[in-house]
Amino acid sequence: MPAIRHHVPDDLLMGYAAGVLPQAFDLVVATHVSLNDDARVRLAGYEELGGAVLSDISEAELAPDSLEQTLAKISRMQPTERSAPTGGVFPAPLRKMVGGDASAVKWKSIARGTKQALLCADGDATARLLYIPAGQAMPEHSHRGTEMTLVLQGGYSSEDGHFKRGDLEVAGQQTHHTPIADDDGEDCICLVATDGRLRFDGLLPRIAQVFLRI
Amino acid sequence: MEKTEAHWVASMASIAQHQDQKAFAEVFRHFAPRVKAFLIKSGADYALAEECMQDVMATLWHKAHLYDPSRASVATWIFTIARNRKIDLLRRYARPEPEDLPWGPEDAPDQADAIALQQESTKLAEAVRKLPKKQRDLIERAYFGDLTHSEIAAETGLPLGTIKSRIRLALERLRHAMN
Repeated sequence: MPAIRHHVPDDLLMGYAAGVLPQAFDLVVATHVSLNDDARVRLAGYEELGGAVLSDISEAELAPDSLEQTLAKISRMQPTERSAPTGGVFPAPLRKMVGGDASAVKWKSIARGTKQALLCADGDATARLLYIPAGQAMPEHSHRGTEMTLVLQGGYSSEDGHFKRGDLEVAGQQTHHTPIADDDGEDCICLVATDGRLRFDGLLPRIAQVFLRI
Repeated sequence: MEKTEAHWVASMASIAQHQDQKAFAEVFRHFAPRVKAFLIKSGADYALAEECMQDVMATLWHKAHLYDPSRASVATWIFTIARNRKIDLLRRYARPEPEDLPWGPEDAPDQADAIALQQESTKLAEAVRKLPKKQRDLIERAYFGDLTHSEIAAETGLPLGTIKSRIRLALERLRHAMN
């Protein structure tokens, strides 16, 4: 059985809630959550746990003029407006990283119409966009750690199933698959994060081992 | 006496609607020392933690109108602001955040949803408080960043299921109101 999930695994979602993932993985989780209400709900659950931890913490001593300083800061800040929904192909977090929607991506050609664009690199963790013309196979690649692939446009199939917009595939290094973009006229765009070092060998790695087979 | 979650939700509404400085000062006195402690435990020194905490509390004032009590407790909402500010400062990049749900000013949060969530989040906070020290430490460390991944819900038996079903309900209502 290959290690494939259509949804974001709990350990990654909790890592995102706690704010301990590399930037590349933060980007994929934030983009996936933007497209998937189930992930949004599960994330909110893990954030509630963060709120409970904050409530329970022993208090630190503040600077004597802390409140006054904060009030002064408030008067210097601009009010925050609610951000409008973006529409388009890219949800807000990805759009922010790219500096625009799909048309703004600075692609670099790989082969036969396949293109990629590196978005961020944080240590060993990188995030990039992949563009695969309809009906074509994805370029082969290998990775030592975890790889997350989120479909943004079109879809692809592999022996592990069919993935469409909003679906997330999380694969450990044991996974071998040969995905092919759907041949329905729409080219496939995916956001991919990989990390050579991201290992789920913390204190309690069982859940990661079950999901990721590492 | 310990203030209830309903009290803090009302304080947030008062800050959002009336720019209530008295309500803000009370929220500040309760949450600012906790936010600062969270930042220190996450690796910030005292000066940075103070600075960052002030940013967090100032952001709370300016974003008070965006707080939705049917989707997060006040402590949780403050936790997310503190976490994001911590990443901005310690790691020097803006954390990618999910897109806001598209809703208009007429989609006020459902009162019953908000109260149900308050009850659940109070229960969760109590459950965390009652955990054996070892498990509490485990959770703290996961959220302060020394532990990267863990199986907390399964390991501690915390009532995360019910809180998620409350939030799911609130989200469904919101989605329904939009269509």
